[in-house]
Amino acid sequence: MSSTFVSHNNIISSLGCNSQSVVRQVKKETTGLSLVTDERIHPKPFYTSIIPSEKLTESFKEIGVIDQYTKLEQMLILSLKDVIDASAIELDDRVGIIVSTTKGNIDVLEKNSPFPKERAYLSSLGDAVKNFFGLSTEPIVLSNACVSGVLAVATAKRFIAQGRFDHVFITSGDLVTQFIVSGFNSFQALSDLPCKPYCKYRTGINIGEVAASVLVTSKKTGLTPEAVEIIGDASCNDANHISGPSRTGEGLVRAVENAIQEATIETEDIDFISAHGTATLYNDEMEAIAFNRLRMLHTPLHSLKGYFGHTLGASGLLETIVGMHSLHQNTLFASLGYTERGVSKPLNIIEKTTPKQLSTFLKTASGFGGCNTAVIFKKANKNHK
Amino acid sequence: MSSNHYIQAFVHIKNETVSLHGNTLLAAPKTDFSTFSKTAYKELGTKYPKFFKMDRLSKLAFLAADVLLKNDKDPQENTAIVLSNRASSLDTDMKHQNTIADAANYYPSPAVFVYTLPNICIGEISIKHKLFSENSFFIFDRFNANYLFDYAESLLKTKKASKVLCGWVEVDAGNYEAFLYLVSDTGAIKHTIKEITRLYKL
Repeated sequence: MSSTFVSHNNIISSLGCNSQSVVRQVKKETTGLSLVTDERIHPKPFYTSIIPSEKLTESFKEIGVIDQYTKLEQMLILSLKDVIDASAIELDDRVGIIVSTTKGNIDVLEKNSPFPKERAYLSSLGDAVKNFFGLSTEPIVLSNACVSGVLAVATAKRFIAQGRFDHVFITSGDLVTQFIVSGFNSFQALSDLPCKPYCKYRTGINIGEVAASVLVTSKKTGLTPEAVEIIGDASCNDANHISGPSRTGEGLVRAVENAIQEATIETEDIDFISAHGTATLYNDEMEAIAFNRLRMLHTPLHSLKGYFGHTLGASGLLETIVGMHSLHQNTLFASLGYTERGVSKPLNIIEKTTPKQLSTFLKTASGFGGCNTAVIFKKANKNHK
Repeated sequence: MSSNHYIQAFVHIKNETVSLHGNTLLAAPKTDFSTFSKTAYKELGTKYPKFFKMDRLSKLAFLAADVLLKNDKDPQENTAIVLSNRASSLDTDMKHQNTIADAANYYPSPAVFVYTLPNICIGEISIKHKLFSENSFFIFDRFNANYLFDYAESLLKTKKASKVLCGWVEVDAGNYEAFLYLVSDTGAIKHTIKEITRLYKL
């Protein structure tokens, strides 16, 4: 089968407005989380990572009319524009577009929104992106809970393998809104402090927002230095519960096994795991059980939620991009917030950012509805150290 | 694009009617979705008390999937589920929004919030039918046979799934429509974009 690569990429977050600047902060173990007081979102102060609206509109007004685009549309368009411009690919009918989001423009349902309620339709988000860039193919909006971002990468690969497209641009994003925060709070899943994935002292998640975009392509020419090949991908449902992870990690175990099988590698060939690590009690415990069943307890592992919070439909793509840069820089990034093991099975949590020769990593995610996705990436440029 | 796969079975639910392979299984008098879904649950012999906790999108997807899967003589646990619609979970999103819009009347509930994702209905089907399989929920402006065909073919060709339950499940502004079809190695109808489109319009 032909190869598929993830190449040009962009992240817009509170830590910076391109991948390089964001990754620089991650490498320094700087968090994007801070205590925010905004009663329109949550009645009491909460830890989050938010893209400042003023800075965003400042950048956006150079390319579009501000009042015509919602905050999320501005984020996605700016992020994707960086990737499309850098790739210099002509946007013809061989180019697909995937928009990964869980809630899209859900904030337009709020009373004071200047936008019509119709903008809450996820397809209208796809249309906004399509029309801005003048794309010639129908946007594929993927909304599959918290695995959306990484499943989008697998989906792009599948459409390319099927011959529908040569290149697929993915853009992903979700906002920190009253809608989301009130919902997670009703689950008593929010942490009062910056989140601490896999740690004994973890008390829940922080919600954050980013926009992340990539080019997925079948062409080996013109790849960026940090480009990776997608060597295996799989998803599997737990068939167990709609809001709680499986106690045995069944779906995650099967997804990772299937991805490894497709990649025709062994678990030992995986240099690190970029796991989901939301810092809820149940999610992190489930992952520890799953990685032990997979005999990957010694594989260095991090969660990046301590830098960005849980960025929902963007998280899987965001963490894939950071993982690509981690490989390229031959550096394991620390799992921020971790001090002491708080899961019943051992894991090799990366406690400090450390240089190490790397070539392959596994990205996993799990979400509501019982979904689990695993994708394995390998450096595309072998001569890059 | 050629295919060695077949549409093994298909079901429609719309306008108070449930039909399997184009043959009416149930035709109820005109009513709202809540009343109709209760009638359908009873008449179709669905035995699953958790049904009554589900939101409308999950009920619709569940009923349609149940008709197909319980009649499948060769059930496979890696039957993938690939669904799509236009409105995502907006029907339940509005419900959650109503619980938070007014500070004096603020009562968000996890039982509602969990359904504010379209793929929850895939979880409900997976739990009932014990499907440990690939999942994906797509949002399109309208039914898109091209993309569903590509995705199902890719899952089957790469052996990521041995069957794929595909289709459209939409609940929006009081209207509902489901069209699900099961793609596998056997059947009378070729798995092609043309056939998917034809069956959708039945």
